[in-house]
Amino acid sequence: MEVLKIATAGSVDDGKSTLIGRLLYDTKSLTSDKLEAIENKSKQLGYDYLDFSLATDGLVAEREQGITIDVAHIYFSTANKSYIIADTPGHVEYTRNMVTGASTSQVAIVLIDARKGVIEQTNRHFFINNLLRIKTVIVAINKMDLVDFSEERYNEIKADFEALMSKRDYQDQKITFIPVSALKGDNVVNKSEKTPWYNGETLLENLEGLDNQDIFNAGTPRFPVQYVIRPKTDEFHDFRGYAGKVYGGELSVGDDVVILPSQTKSKIKEIHFYDKKVQTASRRSSVLITLEDDVNISRGDMIVRANDLPTMDKQFTATISWMDSQNLKAGNKYVVQHGVNKVMAKVERIHHKINPDYSGVDDTVETLAINDIATVSFKLNKPIFYDAFKAHRTNGSFIIIDSKSNNTVGAGFIQ
Amino acid sequence: MKDTSNINPLENEAIYIMREVAAQFEKPVLLFSGGKDSITLVRLAQKAFYPAKIPFPLMHIDTGHNFPETIEFRDRLVKELGLELIVRNVQDSIDDGKVKEESGRYASRNQLQTTTLLDAIEEFKFDACIGGARRDEEKARAKERIFSVRDDFGQWDERNQRPELFDMLNGNIELGQNVRVFPISNWTELDVWSYIQKEEIEIPSIYFAHTRATFLRDGLIWSADDAVVYRDEEEEVVERIVRFRTVGDMSCTAAVLSEASDIVSVVQEIRDSSISERGARIDDKRSEAAMEKRKQQGYF
Repeated sequence: MEVLKIATAGSVDDGKSTLIGRLLYDTKSLTSDKLEAIENKSKQLGYDYLDFSLATDGLVAEREQGITIDVAHIYFSTANKSYIIADTPGHVEYTRNMVTGASTSQVAIVLIDARKGVIEQTNRHFFINNLLRIKTVIVAINKMDLVDFSEERYNEIKADFEALMSKRDYQDQKITFIPVSALKGDNVVNKSEKTPWYNGETLLENLEGLDNQDIFNAGTPRFPVQYVIRPKTDEFHDFRGYAGKVYGGELSVGDDVVILPSQTKSKIKEIHFYDKKVQTASRRSSVLITLEDDVNISRGDMIVRANDLPTMDKQFTATISWMDSQNLKAGNKYVVQHGVNKVMAKVERIHHKINPDYSGVDDTVETLAINDIATVSFKLNKPIFYDAFKAHRTNGSFIIIDSKSNNTVGAGFIQ
Repeated sequence: MKDTSNINPLENEAIYIMREVAAQFEKPVLLFSGGKDSITLVRLAQKAFYPAKIPFPLMHIDTGHNFPETIEFRDRLVKELGLELIVRNVQDSIDDGKVKEESGRYASRNQLQTTTLLDAIEEFKFDACIGGARRDEEKARAKERIFSVRDDFGQWDERNQRPELFDMLNGNIELGQNVRVFPISNWTELDVWSYIQKEEIEIPSIYFAHTRATFLRDGLIWSADDAVVYRDEEEEVVERIVRFRTVGDMSCTAAVLSEASDIVSVVQEIRDSSISERGARIDDKRSEAAMEKRKQQGYF
C-alpha cells in the first residue's frame, strides 16, 4: 500500500484543522466514539455545526488556547492509499515546526482564507515548502462559502499567488489550485455544485492521483551504512553484511561501487531483504548488502556507484533553519548529523539572514534566533560525503545538535 | 530474483529505526507485552538484523493480571526465536510498598506498571526502550516523537520535544536519561493487522473469537474473572462469543462481540469497524486528557 505524507500549513484561523477533520469525516475515517466526542464538545461549546477541528487538536494546552502548537500526525486511508498528515501550526513563531513537518512530507497543502487572500503567512508557507523542495503543492483556497463561491475572487487570489511563484527558487514545483469550503465540505472529498466554474479535481481526487513522479525527483543512489551485521553463527560464519536504507535511486547486484571515505572499489555481491535475496534494492528500502571484496566498513561510511560520487569535503555552505532559543553565533561549535554520520562542526560565517516571506535578505546579522532562516558556512573536523540539497533531498540535508543539551537545534540544506 | 520496488514504506521505516537503536545506544530493550503491536515489533527486529539475532533483550512488565493465553504465547515465542526475556512484576512493587493497589469498581494495575518499568530501566541501566505505541491510537500520542527523550524520572515534557527532520534520529542523551523509541509510530491499527496477515505472524488466541464468561458494564464487555476484575453481584455473568482488539491488563481491557475467528475475518472486521481501538480501554475514558497525564508521569 502506498503511503503519502502531507504537510499542511495555514494561519491560525484559516480552517486547517477543520479541513483535516473534513477529510477524515468525508472519507469515513472518524470512528463513532471520536465522532461522538466531537458532537458532544461542539454542543458544549454552543455550535450549531460539527467542529471538526476538535478531531485534531491534541494536547490539553492547545485545547485551552484553541490553537495547534506542535506537529501532530493524523492518519486516514482510502482503498487506494494511506495518508499521513503532518499538521503544523501557522503562526510566525513556529517556522521550526513547519520546516520539520515539510521535511518528512512529499506533498504540501497551503491554505488560504478566501476573504483574506494571499497574506504574509502565505508567503512564508510557500517559501518553506519551496525551500524544502516539496515537489507537489496544493493551494486550497478555503472558506469559499463566505465569498459566495465567487469565481472572480478565486481568480484574484490565484493571480496573487502566481505572482509569488515567479520568485521561487525551485521552479519545478508542481502547483494546483482548488476552491474549497472545509466547513461545508465543498470540493474536499465531494465535488461541489456551487462551483460550476471549476472543472478541476477535488482535494482528495488530486491526492489519489499523485504518483511517484509527482513526489520524488530523479536522483542517484546513496547508501549510508547504518549497522554492520556479523552473525558469527555456524551457518553464517564469515558473513559480513552492511545494513542501511537506499536513498535517491536504486542499487543492483553486480553494480560497481566505491566505499567512502576509503574510496575502495568493489562490487555488490548480494542484496538481502530479511531472508530473501533480491536483485535490486529500490529507493527507500531497508536492505542488507554484501560486497565481493573483504573491505573494512563501519557505520557512517557510504556505498555509492563508482561513476556517481558525492562531494567529499570538510566544509560547506548551507541554508539553515534555526530551532533553538539559544542563538547561533559565528565561532560556535555543534555536532552536525548528516544521515547517520555525526561530526563536530564550527560555524565559520553567517552570510545573511533570509526573510522567509520573499522580502529579501539581511546581511548585517551577527546571530541567529529561533525560527530564523539563514545562509551559513561550516567547517568540520572530518569530511562528510554530501550532495547539494537541490540534487539530493536526503544526502543534501543535515541536523545540528547542541553538544551540551543534546537537543536538535537546527536543520540545514547544503548549497 | 525479484526487486524491492513493491516495498511497504512503513516496514522499511521501522527496520531503519530498529537499526538506529542498535547503533546509537549501549543498552536497548524491547518492551514486550504479548500484544499484537509488540509481536509485530519482534518481527521487525528480526528483519532488521537477519541473519544475526536480535541484539537486545525483551522485557515484560507483568501486572500479574494478564490473560493466561498471552503469557503462554510469550514464553513460546521467546523459546522459538532464542531471545532473552526479562520479566519484572508489578506484584513485587506492591509487596515492596512502592505502589498501592487500587480498589473498587475500576481498580486496575495498568497505572502501577509505570513504577515497575522505571525501576527496571534503572536496574538494567537501559538507555533505549522500544515500544509499540502508535500515533493513531490517541490524540496525545499523535505528537509523540520516534525518539522520545525521558528524564531520570521517566517524565515526558511535551513542550520540549526534539524536532525530527527527514530520516535523521538524534539519540544523544545524558547519563541517566533514556529514550523511548516507537518504530511503528506511523502505523494505524489496520496497518498492523494487515501486516500480521501478510507476514503470517502468529498472535495469541484471545485476538480471535472465542466463548468467554463475561459481564456488561458501562456498555463494555468484561471478562468475568473474579480474582482480577472487580464485579458487583448484580453484574450478571453471561457466556458470549467475543474477541479482544487490544490486549492489556485484564482489568482494563474490554472484549468486543465478534465472530471473527481467523486473521482474514479480523482484518475485514477492522476495516469495517467504526469504534476506535482505545474505545475498549477504560483507562483512557477516565478523562479526556487521561493519556497525556499518564505519559507525563512516565507511562509508555
